[in-house]
Amino acid sequence: MSSSAPFSEAALEAAQLGPLLEEFLPASTWHDASGEKLLAQLALLTRAQQEFVLHWGPVLARNSATMAYGMARQANAAFACMATDDIERWLARAMDAYDKAGLSAAFAVLNHPARFAEERRSAATRLHLDEALGVLELFACGLAGRQFQIAEGDCAHSDSATFFLPASLEHYPRKEDNFLLYKGMVAHLWAQVRFGTFAGAWFERLEAYPDPERALAWLNVLEAERLEIRLRKIFGGLMRDLDTLDGGARPALPGGFAEQLAAPGAGVAVSLALLDAALAHEPPPLRPYVGELRPALVRLAMQTRIPQEKAALVKALGKWLDEIQPRREDAPQPEIRAGIAAEAEERAALDIVVTLDGKPVAPPEKVRELLGSIALDLGEIPPEYLVPAGPGASAPEAGKTQKNQDAASAADAYTYPEWDYERRNYRKQWCMLRERALAPKGDDFVRRTLARYHGKIYQLKRAFEMLRGEERTLKRQQNGDDVDFDALVEAYADLRCGRELSEHVFSRRLKVERNMALMLMVDMSGSTKGWINDVERESLVLLCEALEQLGDRYAIYGFSGMTRLNCEVYPIKEFAEPYGDTVRRRIEAVTPRDYTRMGAAIRHLSWRLNQVDARVRLLITLSDGKPDDFHDQYRGTYGIEDTRMALLEAKRAGIHPYCITIDKEGPQYLPHMYGAVNYALIDDVKRLPLKIADIYRKLTT
Amino acid sequence: MNHPAESAFLIESEPYYEAVGDEVALFEAAYHSRIPVLLKGPTGCGKTRFMEYMAWRLKRPLITVSCHDDLSAADLVGRYLITASETVWMDGPLARAVRCGGICYLDEVVEARKDTTVVIHPLADDRRILPMEKRGEVLRAPPEFVLALSYNPGYQSVLKELKPSTRQRFVAIEFDYPAAALEEKIVRAETGIGAEDAGKLVHLAGLTRNLKHNGLDEGASTRLLVHAGKLIARGIAPRIACQGAIAQALTDEPEMLAALNELISAVF
Repeated sequence: MSSSAPFSEAALEAAQLGPLLEEFLPASTWHDASGEKLLAQLALLTRAQQEFVLHWGPVLARNSATMAYGMARQANAAFACMATDDIERWLARAMDAYDKAGLSAAFAVLNHPARFAEERRSAATRLHLDEALGVLELFACGLAGRQFQIAEGDCAHSDSATFFLPASLEHYPRKEDNFLLYKGMVAHLWAQVRFGTFAGAWFERLEAYPDPERALAWLNVLEAERLEIRLRKIFGGLMRDLDTLDGGARPALPGGFAEQLAAPGAGVAVSLALLDAALAHEPPPLRPYVGELRPALVRLAMQTRIPQEKAALVKALGKWLDEIQPRREDAPQPEIRAGIAAEAEERAALDIVVTLDGKPVAPPEKVRELLGSIALDLGEIPPEYLVPAGPGASAPEAGKTQKNQDAASAADAYTYPEWDYERRNYRKQWCMLRERALAPKGDDFVRRTLARYHGKIYQLKRAFEMLRGEERTLKRQQNGDDVDFDALVEAYADLRCGRELSEHVFSRRLKVERNMALMLMVDMSGSTKGWINDVERESLVLLCEALEQLGDRYAIYGFSGMTRLNCEVYPIKEFAEPYGDTVRRRIEAVTPRDYTRMGAAIRHLSWRLNQVDARVRLLITLSDGKPDDFHDQYRGTYGIEDTRMALLEAKRAGIHPYCITIDKEGPQYLPHMYGAVNYALIDDVKRLPLKIADIYRKLTT
Repeated sequence: MNHPAESAFLIESEPYYEAVGDEVALFEAAYHSRIPVLLKGPTGCGKTRFMEYMAWRLKRPLITVSCHDDLSAADLVGRYLITASETVWMDGPLARAVRCGGICYLDEVVEARKDTTVVIHPLADDRRILPMEKRGEVLRAPPEFVLALSYNPGYQSVLKELKPSTRQRFVAIEFDYPAAALEEKIVRAETGIGAEDAGKLVHLAGLTRNLKHNGLDEGASTRLLVHAGKLIARGIAPRIACQGAIAQALTDEPEMLAALNELISAVF
């Protein structure tokens, strides 16, 4: 709590509370008696509790005044059943819900403080999917066959690519056991895909039954039994663990069913064949880890996936054949065959055997993955899928990147959280950031800059050359490439005097390597328009020229964007890219765009930087002012605090952030925003190009 | 200085090795044609064991150098050592192998310092010589000498790539984890555990290999399976054995460790 008021102070009267609440509650509060009632209620709280309400009220009101009202109305109930830290969690949950799904979702949380309190109390038993998600995802990835996703759903079910699991489990009194139940659900949903529950297109057939729902329920029971038999074979340990939880009692099936389902090679067809006979009985209850079958979802997923994968396979096969040997247009197509190895039943992985013109071959990973996924959907790999694209199909398609850009879908976006200093919490998955290619431009800017700074560049190069890793000779080493004669003479002198012969008589050459990676992020916001932009571009040219001398790895990204859903970074030079014409033309294409939402850009580029293997990682930001965004609370303290937090995160991840800014008003907020890291304020903008290279030199020696 | 006798590098009894493809014939052909050999493949898939086996088969001494980032040309060729009254030349492992016509095996060669390529290159083309700068001597390799490098392309780091000028001097033999049935046979032969446990170990290895590029640099190698199998053969409970020999050996990251342990407890 921000309030430093002594808690022993007397509680505020209703009349005193009124004006304080008016500041953030909606005006409609006071139209009827509800305002009076609220004041009377709040007057009953202690002073400390009232301060709490007065602190959080404005924070909530920034999202919605109605939410603040909702909180104030429930305050007494919340204090009656929770401690302050739990109340803060309750409010954080409400704000998260608001971010994700709007006001009604927030009120679903706010209106039930008692329910939240109960949930906190049961936290020891209840396991939330969030807590288990990381491990479960890796577990599913290990089972593999396809890149499965895990998402929240109303019960355990799958669409054959995503496993939906309940948001939390409280089935057993112990958390570990609930985790085990999650694991069982994942294994079961995976087995549905692996052992062909969805193969064989039975979806329409089921609808022909007089009571399709009952038929589906029975099919689920039969499939659960069939899959459990399979799972017992390959994941004996897991099934044993699950048995200890619920005693291992399996649903009672009519006589003879279990034997047929257990037969080697039995597929979904066996379950379907048994369905008619089964419908005469009531479906027995399922084991807790078995979820539901949702054929409609599966059909939808398959309808998009199958053609996509077929097309991808055709392309991947063509590319692979091109790699093996160049093909001619008129040559006969090589014959490719693929099938599932017979013994695959006993294993988690589908064993796919591929032959090329009759000879067994090992296709590349991409082809193997696609074949695996197709075999899971269809239960086989039909020969018509194995037609490779014609020769040369693997050549990069022109304009493809452009197409991807136009489709501004969520698929190519990275999501990042954002720090809300008022909530003292992150807003989860708040910003969407995309990497956009800059269309190279050729306006001669780089050549002019090089000509203009000709002399300076020469000096810079000299200065940087001196930084280059030098060879040093280490003397008096225990072992090395050569004899250190000085040490040797001394050692012999010692020996003659009757002392021990020193072992340190070698010299060794040591190359001091500069193992460094630099990420430079450049402000491309609208405010850089004009000469700041020119100076920025000149700086980039000079820095690149200098860095090329040094051989340090470096990348340059521009950043801009508008609103949290459209943050953008523009690769100007990636780490692996050489500094050549393309990069120069991209520097020329650095133009002012929209706003400066710095936090997301810092988070994204820190992540990029951390993928580079280097001993020292340096993130330099170059901006012209405060973080800012369009029509948004990002302007002001919020943006400064988020940027500060993003820099702190980078620092925690082992990156050295350094900020260069050319804002004249800088001194007011800079020490706070960059206080945790280092920064430089450049008042004479014309000197920026030289200054930036100078800063880099100082930072890295 | 006393050199260990060359005979100390001879491999007396046949090492256990299961051929996966035609690597034995390929190596022999390269050996007789005096072409150096590059073994590519992930860690623990049997590259070193293969070298031992070939050394035994060809009856040549095998001198193995495990390369590290401080290994320099002098470490390979040799250096002067100082004794009480004189400086003595000490051959490095590469020079020793050239002199005795043995097999010099540089394990994980990309780890070594770049200057080592200077001494490898003249040995690896048709000159087959080892210039010893400090002694002003040039060693000519006898026909029996062969140079073999191993290298793991899986790390995918630019820093750890072989230069084309180096790799194009070698015949490359690619290694991978053996197919399931063969791997099971190897694990059984190396550890003495039963078919069921060996099958489960190989199954588990397959699951961890799926995690490659999803948080793991490499999946469990055959070597790790052998370690786990040996612990199981000594009566350690399989889950504990796998956690120690496989999960902990693959990662330190808590979440990945938890996931690996979940895979282990699912299988065993």
